[in-house]
Amino acid sequence: MTTTTTRRDFLRMGAAGASVLPFLKAMPAAAQGSDTMVVVIGQTINSLDLHRTGTSRAAYQVGINCYDRLVSFGTKEAIGGGYSYDYSVIEPELAESWTVSDDGMTLTFKLKPNATFWDGRKVTAQDVKWSFDRAVSVGGFPTVQMKAGGLERPEQFIAEDEETFVIKLDRPSKLTIPDLAVPVPYVINALEVQANAAPDDPWGLEYLHTTPAGSGAFKVLRWSPGEQLIYERNDAWVGGPMPALKRVVIREVPSPATSRALIERGDVQMAFGIPDKDAAELADTLDVFSTPVENCIHCLCPNFSFEPFQDANVRKAIAYAVPYEDIFQTAAFGRGLPLYGGSAEIPDGDIAWPRKTQYDTDLDKARELMAASAWPDGFSVPLSISLDLASWMEPTALLVQEALGKIGITVEIEKIPGANWRTAVLVEKRLPLHLENFGGWLNTPDYYFFWAYKDGHLFNSSNYRNEEIEQLVDASLHMPMDDPAYAPMIKRMFEIALDELPRIPLYQPALNVAANGAEGYEFWFHRQLDVRPIKVT
Amino acid sequence: MLAPYPRLRAVLLRCAQAIPVVIGVVVISFLLTRALPGDPAVYFAGIMADEASIEETRIAMGLDKPLPQQFLIYVGELLRGDLGMSLSSGRPVATDLANRLPASLELTLTALLLACAIAIPMGVMAATRSGTWIDHLCRVVVTAGVSLPTFFTGILLIFVFYYLLGIAPAPLGRLDFIYIEPDHVTGFYLIDAALMGDWETWRGAAKQLILPAGTLALFTLAPIARMTRAAMLTALSSDFIRTARAAGLSGRKVLYAYAFRNALLPVVTTLGMVFSFALGANVLVEKVFAWPGIGSYAVEALVVSDYAAVQGFVLAMALLFVLLNLVIDLLYTAIDPRIGFDAK
Repeated sequence: MTTTTTRRDFLRMGAAGASVLPFLKAMPAAAQGSDTMVVVIGQTINSLDLHRTGTSRAAYQVGINCYDRLVSFGTKEAIGGGYSYDYSVIEPELAESWTVSDDGMTLTFKLKPNATFWDGRKVTAQDVKWSFDRAVSVGGFPTVQMKAGGLERPEQFIAEDEETFVIKLDRPSKLTIPDLAVPVPYVINALEVQANAAPDDPWGLEYLHTTPAGSGAFKVLRWSPGEQLIYERNDAWVGGPMPALKRVVIREVPSPATSRALIERGDVQMAFGIPDKDAAELADTLDVFSTPVENCIHCLCPNFSFEPFQDANVRKAIAYAVPYEDIFQTAAFGRGLPLYGGSAEIPDGDIAWPRKTQYDTDLDKARELMAASAWPDGFSVPLSISLDLASWMEPTALLVQEALGKIGITVEIEKIPGANWRTAVLVEKRLPLHLENFGGWLNTPDYYFFWAYKDGHLFNSSNYRNEEIEQLVDASLHMPMDDPAYAPMIKRMFEIALDELPRIPLYQPALNVAANGAEGYEFWFHRQLDVRPIKVT
Repeated sequence: MLAPYPRLRAVLLRCAQAIPVVIGVVVISFLLTRALPGDPAVYFAGIMADEASIEETRIAMGLDKPLPQQFLIYVGELLRGDLGMSLSSGRPVATDLANRLPASLELTLTALLLACAIAIPMGVMAATRSGTWIDHLCRVVVTAGVSLPTFFTGILLIFVFYYLLGIAPAPLGRLDFIYIEPDHVTGFYLIDAALMGDWETWRGAAKQLILPAGTLALFTLAPIARMTRAAMLTALSSDFIRTARAAGLSGRKVLYAYAFRNALLPVVTTLGMVFSFALGANVLVEKVFAWPGIGSYAVEALVVSDYAAVQGFVLAMALLFVLLNLVIDLLYTAIDPRIGFDAK
């Protein structure tokens, strides 16, 4: 888009639009009509195609705002103000309706007959098939995410006729339909890509990298990597209620102090993903939404490959020594939800996760447990943190270091550069004691357990293995949540995990967004800004 | 054959001398980036990637080949003018540099001009009136300039002039979003806007430039002012000045034509040094003012082991400094005819 939009075209577009920005008037605050919003973000949008290797998280928002999926999630009131997506409600986006066969193995989607791409061509089932084929074929993150919903091979996707799209599953799974509502399986204008892509690039990775081709609510008007992205509304969108905003400017401002000055002055209407500290301080003067991130826990992980941590008493002693309240106030500035001081008893049918653990800071109990362990005189251990995540990991690590010193465990803090962190913590799983922050996109406890507690799985950085957990996760992962057997299984998983403590939950983090003159913000599990429901006041 | 043009010959000679330097930089930057900790294939394959997709990424990035072969490929592409693709920005490194280097240069040069405009007169006055209030003022400004870190000065200036007083524009990079960037000719917005005759945009770009350039100027002002003062003091106490005075030349003539011209040499040397460290100090200013410059680009590339981008950055910087040294040497000969250019 950047290369094709010339200055003159852009001005003409502005002049022709229903609302005309008073361009070239140096009054930014006055220049923003009720249909234009300016947002500042801290990260860089480095591609307009989520399926490409190396696409940054901030770039996922293009997949959300510019493309449609077959289905989307509903909306509910959120803890911490504003709205949140609702995992339990599936709503149509490109699909008008869908049916699931009795055996749960065949999903049939009817597309909206009036849905069109930006170039005016009708959205067909062939486009959907091509887009899904692409997501499962290009490798990397999109392919892994598709697999989570049981979508693995192009043969599973059938374009029955122009408006009917069928998915054949290998086994029924409750995760399939929610997995169709995550940012990855978006529908691309296949013909446009095929006409423009180079012959050696059948999936159009280079073309879509700079030129989105979708049917979504917003088009990309301009994109200058490292600076800004400008969305313009697609007035022919049928995927949902027509957005109130006509134009949205996303500016990249790396310094949190600068973002804060901008939002406080009101020159921008929204600061997305601000630090906990700024959120806590701005909450009195601006609209600050601090939504606890669903299915995400900041954990302290004792690694089972480190000998002292094989002793259950040592792990419990640590869980009783951790200064939860101090960590929650110092590292998270009280944003998010505390996860300590609960009851060990889990009521029947309670499958809420993350949940409060039975642990609280109790040094006497911690010392007793240490005395009862095989390591009564303590030991020393490095506590590893990532420099990329230092904003919460560093204060947390310092508090943990101090507290464990009191029960005889000498902790040395080891800082690991961001580029090495993933290899050390998740792949080699070699860090004896470390902090970890996994959050699952699909909001079910079994999905969290699948990634974080199953042996060998990516986020099980503690090398934990428990036969019962292995069985329970396998059995519950694809089971419908209203199955009578489901809740008891989940309860048992919680009991084991919180008793054995391969991960010691510290708190549930929040995603902070400050708004000054914008309303309708909605939290999403992907932690990126969905600009579609937002209004400017 | 170039004998009738000694200066041109000297310039060409200096450029030829730069070739081994550039070759050295290419080899070292290649080896150093490979020595960086971290595995870029793992990083760019994404957090959820499995072994197979990491391997695919490694092959796509050409990192599965042995190092010597990677080097040959790199040099071959370099000779064709291809600096490779940056993975973190998703664009060719050459494009990124063409966009970002002018942004940094515009900022640094403006800051240097600003610093010179303040520091040199201040240094001269402090030297001619040493011990008076102006000398003390000079000392205070210099101490403050050196001791305040740039990101602090930057945030302070934003706080006062943007947040409290509201007279500075929003610190949102090179141009407020309501302006359209001028057509790319030099990449310097002030020059490009002036070429187009678009004075509205020129004013917009100039306004955005004031605070970051001021921040950087405060930082670079100190060494220039100190050096000017010291050099002027030395020059003013020299024999030739006494002779000039004794010969009855006017104070003005003595000060500017004799003392100042002689004092300029160390000042120009300092300027060269200041320019190089100002480009480095840029990183923090760029972060604070959301300035899309080369410093923040390089730091981000380094953090994620984006080899092509880091190599491109190092190479661009090396070429820039070769050029800078050449310009400074040429300036020497212009200032002081005693220095023979081809003597070296």
